[in-house]
Amino acid sequence: MIYVLLAYEFFKIGLFAVGGGLVTVPFLFDLSEQYHWFSAAELADMIAISQSTPGPIGINMATYAGFKTAGVFGSLLATLSLVAPAVIVIYLIEKILDKWANNIYVQKVLTGIRPAVMALILFAGWDVAKVSIVDIKTACLLAALLLAMQFYRKNVFIYIIISAIAGVVLQI
Amino acid sequence: MVKLTEIYAIFCKMGLFTFGGGYAMLPILKSEVVDKRKWISEEELLNYYSIGQCTPGIIAVNASSFIGYKLRGISGMLCATAAVITPSLIIIMAIAAMLQKYMGNQYLQWAFGGIRVSVVALIICTVIDLWRKGVKNKRDYLVFFGASALLWLFNLSAISVVVLAAAGALIPNFGGKKS
Repeated sequence: MIYVLLAYEFFKIGLFAVGGGLVTVPFLFDLSEQYHWFSAAELADMIAISQSTPGPIGINMATYAGFKTAGVFGSLLATLSLVAPAVIVIYLIEKILDKWANNIYVQKVLTGIRPAVMALILFAGWDVAKVSIVDIKTACLLAALLLAMQFYRKNVFIYIIISAIAGVVLQI
Repeated sequence: MVKLTEIYAIFCKMGLFTFGGGYAMLPILKSEVVDKRKWISEEELLNYYSIGQCTPGIIAVNASSFIGYKLRGISGMLCATAAVITPSLIIIMAIAAMLQKYMGNQYLQWAFGGIRVSVVALIICTVIDLWRKGVKNKRDYLVFFGASALLWLFNLSAISVVVLAAAGALIPNFGGKKS
C-alpha cells in the first residue's frame, strides 16, 4: 500500500512541479504534512544534502524521501515516478515540438504561473525557517549568510560547509 | 547510429558531475554533446532547455530525454533518462543509509542545525533572483500576493495553487480578480 501511495504522490509532483529544482520543495512539504513519512526538519536536511551532492536536486530529493519512507525499493519507485510524467509529456510534445513552444496559451500559462511558483518556494522557505531559525544564534547566522550571499554566490557548497562548522561551534 | 551504451555512459557522467542540477548542467552538456560529439547543435540544445523548463519535471532530466529521443527514439530517451538519475540514486541511498545510522551523534546534529539555516538563506536568495527576472507588471504582483495569501491564510496545497494560477493566466485581461 505504501508503495502505491509513494508512486502516486511522486507522479503527481512530477506532473505539477514545472520549472525544476527547488520547485519540488513546496510539494514535498505538503507530503510531510499529509503522511508524516518524514518531518519538516528532515526535509530541510534533505534539501541541504541534495544541494551538496551531484545530480539534479529534484531527483536527489525523491530518492532521499523514498528511502526514508520505504528503503531501497521506495527510493527507486519515488524517483521513477517523479520522472515518468516528464518522459511521457516529452514523448508527446516531441511530435508537436514547434507548435507547443509557440502556442499563445501555453506561453500565457507558463509566464502566468511564474509568480505563483515564487510564492510556493517562499512558503517552503517559511516552513524550513520554522524548524531551523529557533533562537538568537540561528537568526544571527541567517543574517550573516544572507549578507555574504549578496556578495558571493558562485558555489553553494561552500555555504553548506561553513554553516555546518558554525553549527558545531555555536552548538545550534 | 549512436550506441545505447554510449548514451548511457555520457548521461551517467552528466548526472555525476552536476552539482545543483538544472542550469548547472548546461555548460557540461554543451561541451560533451555539442562540441565534442556533435550529436546536436547548440541551438537545439538551448531549445530543449527552454522547453524542458516549461514541461513538467526536472529540467536536467527533460533536456536529457529530448536528446536521447533525438538520437535513438524511445529507447534512447529511456536510456538517457535512466542514466542521468543513476548516480543520484546510488549516492543518495548511501548517504541516507549512513545518516540513519549516525544521526544520534551530537556533533552531526549541531552541524545539521547550522546547515538548515543555510537552506533558508539559499531559498530566500533563489526567490530574490526569480523576482528580479520574473516579476514585471501589476498582474505578476497580483498573482504573487494572491498565491501567498492562499498559502498562508487558507493553507492551500501547492498543486491547487499551480492549477489556479494556470487558470488565472488564461482569463483574458484579468487584472481585477485574482486567480
